[in-house]
Amino acid sequence: MAIPAHLTLEIVTPERLLVRDEVDEVEIPGAEGYLGVLPGHTPLLATLQVGELWYRKGAERTYLSIAFGFAEVQPDRVTLLAQIAEKAEEIDVVRAGAARQRAEDRLARPAVDMDFERARIALLKSLVRLQVASRARIRS
Amino acid sequence: MPSLIDLRRRIRSVKSTQQITKAIKMVAASKLRRAQERILSARPFADQMERVLGNLARRVDPSAHPLLEARDERRPGARTLLLVVSADKGLCGSFNTNVIKAAANFILGSGGREVVLGLVGRRGRDYFRRRGFEVAFEHTGFFQQLSYNDARAVSRAAIEEFTTGRVDSVYLVYTEFRSVMSQRIVTKRLLPIPREEITGADAAVDYLYEPAPEQILADLVPRHIEVQVYRALLDSNASFFAVQMTAMDTATKNSAEVIDQLTLYMNKVRQAAITREIIEVVSGAQAL
Repeated sequence: MAIPAHLTLEIVTPERLLVRDEVDEVEIPGAEGYLGVLPGHTPLLATLQVGELWYRKGAERTYLSIAFGFAEVQPDRVTLLAQIAEKAEEIDVVRAGAARQRAEDRLARPAVDMDFERARIALLKSLVRLQVASRARIRS
Repeated sequence: MPSLIDLRRRIRSVKSTQQITKAIKMVAASKLRRAQERILSARPFADQMERVLGNLARRVDPSAHPLLEARDERRPGARTLLLVVSADKGLCGSFNTNVIKAAANFILGSGGREVVLGLVGRRGRDYFRRRGFEVAFEHTGFFQQLSYNDARAVSRAAIEEFTTGRVDSVYLVYTEFRSVMSQRIVTKRLLPIPREEITGADAAVDYLYEPAPEQILADLVPRHIEVQVYRALLDSNASFFAVQMTAMDTATKNSAEVIDQLTLYMNKVRQAAITREIIEVVSGAQAL
């Protein structure tokens, strides 16, 4: 079977269509680790983790923060059904910083009935957002 | 012949009706813009979800997840849950009537099957409640502020009916928003998830799963139902405002017409009264 030249990447959230593009390479934060996808990848279905996603088009890389949902990989297309996804330049750094502070405080002083998992995820989300946002600033 | 005062009163009452219809039309127009935006931006996700799930459903074994399990819905005594999405409010032309009619046709056309209803929207609930249909659950009053959590609540209820075996299939009837001028009633099957037969060479390859297929399915399938319900709610919401806007526009135009007719009639009556008075005066003068 011929290997397709490009991947059609689509990133959708319940609220909007975020990306629809022809790309050369994608890295997805899968539940069991990061997955690099090149054209001609075998069909794959994975759940997503809170993490950073990037895709490469030519020499240009674009970063996104993404959380929860699913990735479907076909030889010539990658579809991401994400609960939350943001482009690097859309991230509100101040808000993410505040969220990080809040989450760290809660983890540092655990209350009796605290939901650890939730606090951990909140911290993770804010860290990923900050990291992705910093990449956007370096580029611009 | 009606008196002048009566005519004036009628004109005034039609005018105030016209003001109301005009106001509703304007509110509907602005809400429509927002609702339209929401449904249009939610569609790509729902479509992709449907595609991925369709791909998946024909690859995995139906026993992999309870919601994929096919049951014989034609057998006598089989029960079907019909989710009817109507609106909370009236003043929207034939919007609710059309949905209710489609639901009624579905019930009549279901043959020996027993149909229970899941009602979304106050209007549909009032209708079916009053007529004593069997209602499994109802959700009303959230169209003012529609959110994904509402869709989640509705789909949870539907999934529970299905997994506990109280019903063997779940159908959905709602109004699809195509454009401001055109809406369409859609009836589609939600559960069990429709499976296409394997066709072509590509279907022979199974996916790699990460993590295990059972885990992915446990996450993905309920999410799929939620998204489809969410889409139906957004579609209905946008259609509602579109229909309401059109209906209120027509009503405003009609009342303008009625006002014109009444004004003309009133003028005629007034003229006749004046003429009569003059005749009375003249003939009174002649008699002197």
